Amino acid sequence: MIASSWLLVAFPALGALILLIGGKRTNGWGHLLGCATVVASFAYAVALFVTLLGRQAADRSAEVHLFSWIPVEQLQVDFALLIDPLAVTFALLITGVGSVIHVYSVGYMAHDQDRRKFFAYMNLFVAAMLVLVLGNGFVTLYLGWEGVGLASYLLIGFWQHKPSAATAAKKAFIMNRVGDVGLALAIFLMWRHIGSTSYSEVFAGIGEVPTSVTLAIALLLLLGACGKSGQFPLQAWLPDAMEGPTPVSALIHAATMVTAGVYLIARAGPIFNVTPAGQLAVTIIGALTLLLGAVIACAYDDIKKVLAYSTVSQIGYMMLAVGLGPFGYALAIMHLLTHGFFKAGLFLGAGSVMHGMNDEVDIRKFGGLYRKMPITFATFGLGYLALIGFPFLSGFYSKDAIIDAAFGQGGIEGWVFGGAALLGAGITAFYMTRLMLLTFFGKPRWENLRSTDGREFHPHESGPVMAWPMILLAIGSVGSGYFFAQDDRLASWLTPSLGALQPGPDPVLGHGTVVAATLTAVGLGILVAWLLVGRVQPEVERPQHVSAVVTAARKDLYGNAINEALVARPGIWLSRALVYVDNRGVDGIVNGLAAGLGGGSGRLRRLQTGFVRSYALSMLAGAGVLVGLLLMVRFL
Amino acid sequence: MTWLLALILLPIAGAVVVAWLRDNDRLAFRTALGFSLATLALVIPLWNSYEPGGDRMQQTSSVEWIPRFGIHFAFGIDGIALVMIAVIALLVPLVITVLGVTDRLPAGRSAGGYLSLILVQQGLTIGVFSATDVFLFYVLFEVMLVPMYFLIGAYGGPNRQYAAVKFFLYSFLGGLIMLASVIGAYVIASEELTEGTFDWATLTAVVSDAPLSTQIWLFLGFFLAFAIKAPLVPLHTWLPDAAGQAPIGVAVVLVGVLDKVGTFGFLRYCIPMFPAASQELAPWVLTLAVAGVLYASVLAAGQQDMKRFVAYVSIAHFGFITLGIFAFSMQSQVGAVTYMLNHSLATGMLILVIGMVIARGGSSVISDYGGMAKVTPVLAGLMLVAGLATLALPGTNTFISEFLVLLGAFETRPVFTVFAAIGMVLAAVYVLWLYQRVMQGPVRGNALVGAAGGPGAVQAPEVAAPKVVRDTSRRELAVLAPLVVLIIGLGIYPKPVVDVVTPSVEATMSAVQGGDER
Repeated sequence: MIASSWLLVAFPALGALILLIGGKRTNGWGHLLGCATVVASFAYAVALFVTLLGRQAADRSAEVHLFSWIPVEQLQVDFALLIDPLAVTFALLITGVGSVIHVYSVGYMAHDQDRRKFFAYMNLFVAAMLVLVLGNGFVTLYLGWEGVGLASYLLIGFWQHKPSAATAAKKAFIMNRVGDVGLALAIFLMWRHIGSTSYSEVFAGIGEVPTSVTLAIALLLLLGACGKSGQFPLQAWLPDAMEGPTPVSALIHAATMVTAGVYLIARAGPIFNVTPAGQLAVTIIGALTLLLGAVIACAYDDIKKVLAYSTVSQIGYMMLAVGLGPFGYALAIMHLLTHGFFKAGLFLGAGSVMHGMNDEVDIRKFGGLYRKMPITFATFGLGYLALIGFPFLSGFYSKDAIIDAAFGQGGIEGWVFGGAALLGAGITAFYMTRLMLLTFFGKPRWENLRSTDGREFHPHESGPVMAWPMILLAIGSVGSGYFFAQDDRLASWLTPSLGALQPGPDPVLGHGTVVAATLTAVGLGILVAWLLVGRVQPEVERPQHVSAVVTAARKDLYGNAINEALVARPGIWLSRALVYVDNRGVDGIVNGLAAGLGGGSGRLRRLQTGFVRSYALSMLAGAGVLVGLLLMVRFL
Repeated sequence: MTWLLALILLPIAGAVVVAWLRDNDRLAFRTALGFSLATLALVIPLWNSYEPGGDRMQQTSSVEWIPRFGIHFAFGIDGIALVMIAVIALLVPLVITVLGVTDRLPAGRSAGGYLSLILVQQGLTIGVFSATDVFLFYVLFEVMLVPMYFLIGAYGGPNRQYAAVKFFLYSFLGGLIMLASVIGAYVIASEELTEGTFDWATLTAVVSDAPLSTQIWLFLGFFLAFAIKAPLVPLHTWLPDAAGQAPIGVAVVLVGVLDKVGTFGFLRYCIPMFPAASQELAPWVLTLAVAGVLYASVLAAGQQDMKRFVAYVSIAHFGFITLGIFAFSMQSQVGAVTYMLNHSLATGMLILVIGMVIARGGSSVISDYGGMAKVTPVLAGLMLVAGLATLALPGTNTFISEFLVLLGAFETRPVFTVFAAIGMVLAAVYVLWLYQRVMQGPVRGNALVGAAGGPGAVQAPEVAAPKVVRDTSRRELAVLAPLVVLIIGLGIYPKPVVDVVTPSVEATMSAVQGGDER
C-alpha cells in the first residue's frame, strides 16, 4: 500500500496530461476524467490512512524512494515520498475537498467551452499539491511549491481574454516568486551548513548549526510561506486572484494551496523549535495579517473579495498558531482543516449565488436571497456560523483553541497575541454577519436592477451537481471541529509528525475566561453588523463620503499603492532608462570605437610600407578579408 | 575512423552535395534534412560508446598538419563536448524543417545555398567542440564565423549587413587576441619541452605551472574571446543585433549552440590551462556575470522586439552559466554545463515559437500583437512551455541547472549568489509580461487585426475583423514536440546527462588548486 503511494500523484498527473495533449478531442468526457482521477486519488488516500491507523504510532512514518533525481557528488536529491500522519492528513484534505470541488465544477463550468482545459489545470494543481505535501525533502517540496504556483497562474488567468485576469495571474506568480526565492535561499543555506536537503537529515543536523544561520533559514522559510499563503507583506496577490473561476478560489485560494505556508512551517518545526526569534517572527506576521485581513474584509462589497480577505485573516490565525511552536502546530493544522471545509463551502456558496445572479458579485445588489436559494442559504449559513466560531460548530473548536493558546504564551506576548486574536474574532463576526445580512436577508434590492450585461436578475437555486458538494462541505463545517478536538484526536494522530501537543506555559487568562471573552467579542461583532446593515435598509450605491479608516481599508490599507510606488513604477523606469543606456551608451561606445578603428586602419593602409609586421599585419589582413566578405554579401 | 570524425565530416559532405543542388529547392531541402538526420543518428553510437568514468578525452584521432610547429588535426571529446555535440545535432534538423515555415528565402536565393551554409556551420561547430589541438581550435573558432556571417548578412532582416559585420568584427577581434595567448602558451611550452606542441593536454600540463603574472596575461587573451562569444556584459551588444536580424533558424543555431563555444572555452581552456589566474580573477568574472544577469534581465523586460528580447534573456542566462563555472564548486559547474544544454533546448524552442508567431503576424514588434491565445491556443500553450522553461520552473530541464548553479555557488560565493537569485524573480517578470502582451487579453494589434482594415486604417482595432490566423500546423508541431519532450523529460529525469558530464567537470575542477571537493 505505502510502496505504491506515488499513484496518489500519478492519477491526477495522468489526467492533466491526457486532457492537455488530447485537446478538443476530449471535450465530451474530459470533465468526467478530471473528476475520476481525483476521486481515485482520494480513495487511495483513504486506504493509505486506514493502513497507517492499523500500525503502532511509532511505525506510522515511511519513506518511499522512487528514483535518483539530482545526483551530483555529495548532493543526492532523490525523488522520494515521506508518508506520515501529517502528509496523509494533507493528502486527504487535498483529494477530499478536491473531489467535491471537481464535481461542483462540472456544473459551474458547464457553459464554458474550455471546460476540459479547466479540468486539466485543476488536475495539474492536485498533482503538484500532492508532490508538495508528500515529498521527503525541501527540493521536492519546492517542485510542488512552484508547481501549484503554475496551476494557480493558469487558473487565475483562465479567462485570459480579460486583461484584469491576465494581470492578476501574472501578479500572483511574480509575488509568489519573491517568496520562492526565500525558500530557495533557505535550501542553499541548509546545503551549505548541513550538507543535505532531505527533511530527516536537515532536522538531524540543525542542532549543530550556528544560531544566526538557523534564524536566517527560519526567516527565509517564513518569506516563502508569506508568498504562498498571502501573508503580510506579500498578501496583495490573493484578493486579485479572485479573477479566477469560483471553484478555483474555493480549492486553491481558500482550502489548500494558500495553506501551504502553514504546512511548510509545521513541517519545518524542528528548525523553528530551536530558534525562538524565528518563531516570534512567525507569530508577529500571523497576528499582523489576521488583523489586516479582517479590517480590509469589512470594507469590500465584492462577495469573493470579502471571502478572500477573510482567508488572508484566517491563515493569519494559523500562522500565529504555528509560531507558538509545539503549543500550536496541531492547533494550526486543525484550524487549517476546518477552515478547508467551511471556507471552501462558503466559496462554493458564493459561486452558487453568482450563478443564480448573472455573475454579479456586489453584495449591495443582493438581499433577500434566502427565499430564492434555500440550499445555498442553509449551507452558506452553516459555513458562516462555523467561521465566526458559533458554539459547537467547527470554527468554535479550532479558532478558540488558537486564541486560547495565544493567551497561553504568558507575559506581554500572551496579552498582545491573545488580544489580537480576540479582536480578530470580533471583526470576523462583524464582516461575515454584514456579508450574510446583505446577501440573504433584508428586502431584495436586485428587483429593479440590471446586471452589467443588461439582463434582469432571476435568482434561482443551483442544480444537484452543485448543491451536493455544498451540502457535503456544510456537514464538514458543522461536525469536523468537534470530531478533531474530542479527546485531542487530531493532535494525537499528528504526534508522530509534529510532536505532542503541549499546554501553554503560563496562561494569562483561564480557559473559561477566554471562551467567554471570545463569545462576547463575536456577539459584539454581530450586533454592530446588525445595527449598521440589518436594522436599516442598506443603500445599493456604495457611500462615497466615508471616514479615513474606511477609505484606507477600501484601498487594501494601501498595500497595492505601496507596491506600485516602490517596485512596479521604479522598475519600469529603470528598465526604460537601461534600454536607452544600452543602445546609446554601451553600444554607442562600441560603434564609436569601430568607426574610429575603421578610419584608423584606412590611414594605416596608406602608411603601410612593408615594415609593419606582426599583429598589425594580421589585423589588416583581417580587415581585408572583411571588406572582401562585405562586398560579396552586397553583390550576392 | 571514429564516430566523432564521421560526425564532423558528414554535415560538411552534406553541405557540398546540397550546394551542388542549388537549382532544385525541394531536392536540396530533402537532402539537407536527410544529412542532418543521419548526423543525429550518429550521435547515438557516439553517446553509447562514451564511458563517463573513462579517459579524459575519448574518440581520439590525430593526423599531422604542420609538423614544424607540432600542429595536428587532433580530435577527441569529453562529456561536456559530447553534450554540446548532441544538442547541435538535434537542433539542426529542426532548423532545416522550419525553412519555409518561419523563414522565407529572399527573392532569387536558392534553398541550396542557405542549407549548405547551415550544414557547414554544424560541421565546423562540432569540430570546435572536439578539437584537442589548441591551434586547430583557434582556426576553427575563426573559420566558424564565416558561414554565420553569410547566414546573417545574406538571409537576415533589413538591417542584416550592419548586424553581420558587427558580429564578425567583434568575434574576429576576440579571436585575434586569443591567438596572441595561444602563441604565448606555445612559446612557454617550447621553452620547457624539447619541441613545441599545440596538443591540448601537453600544453595544459606545462602552462598551468607558469607563474601567476604570466598566467593572468594569457588567461585574459582567451577570456576576452570567450566573453565576447558567450556575451558577458558589457561585450554583449552584438548579440541583440545579430539575433534580431538573423533568420529564425539561424538565430537558433547562433544563440542555441554557437555562443556556447564561449562558456565551453572557459571550461576547456581558461580554467585548466590557467588555474591560478582563474582563481585570482574569479571575483572580477563573477562581478561581470552577476551584473550581466541583473542588467540583461531588466533590459529583456524593456524590449519592444521579440527577437531582441530572446537575445537579452540569453545574455542573462550566460551570466548564470558563468557564475556556475567561476564559483568553482562541483554542483555549480555541473549546473553550468547542463545549463549550456538546457538553455539550447529551452531558448531554441522559445526562438522557434516566436518565429512561428512572427510568421503569422509579419512583425517582430511585441505591441503589434495581443490576445493571440484566443486565435491560436496551441501555439500559445507551446509558447508558455518555452517561457516556463526559460524562467526555470521546477519540472522543466532548466530548473535542474539553475538550481545546481545557485546551490553550488552559494556554498563558495554566497553574496554573488544572493544577487543572482534576484534574477529568478526578474525572469518571471519578463517571461510572463511578454506572454501577457502577446497572447493574453482581447485580440488586438496590427499584426492580428490591422490588416483587415488595410494599411493606415482608422478603425478601432477591436472592431476590425480578425485576419485569418491558423493554429500550429503538423510540421510546426513536429518541430516543437521533441523539444517539449526533452524539456520536461530532462526536468524530471536529468540523471543520464548529469552522469555524463560529472566526471569531466571533476577533471576540470581538479585543475583548480584548493577547489574543495563538495
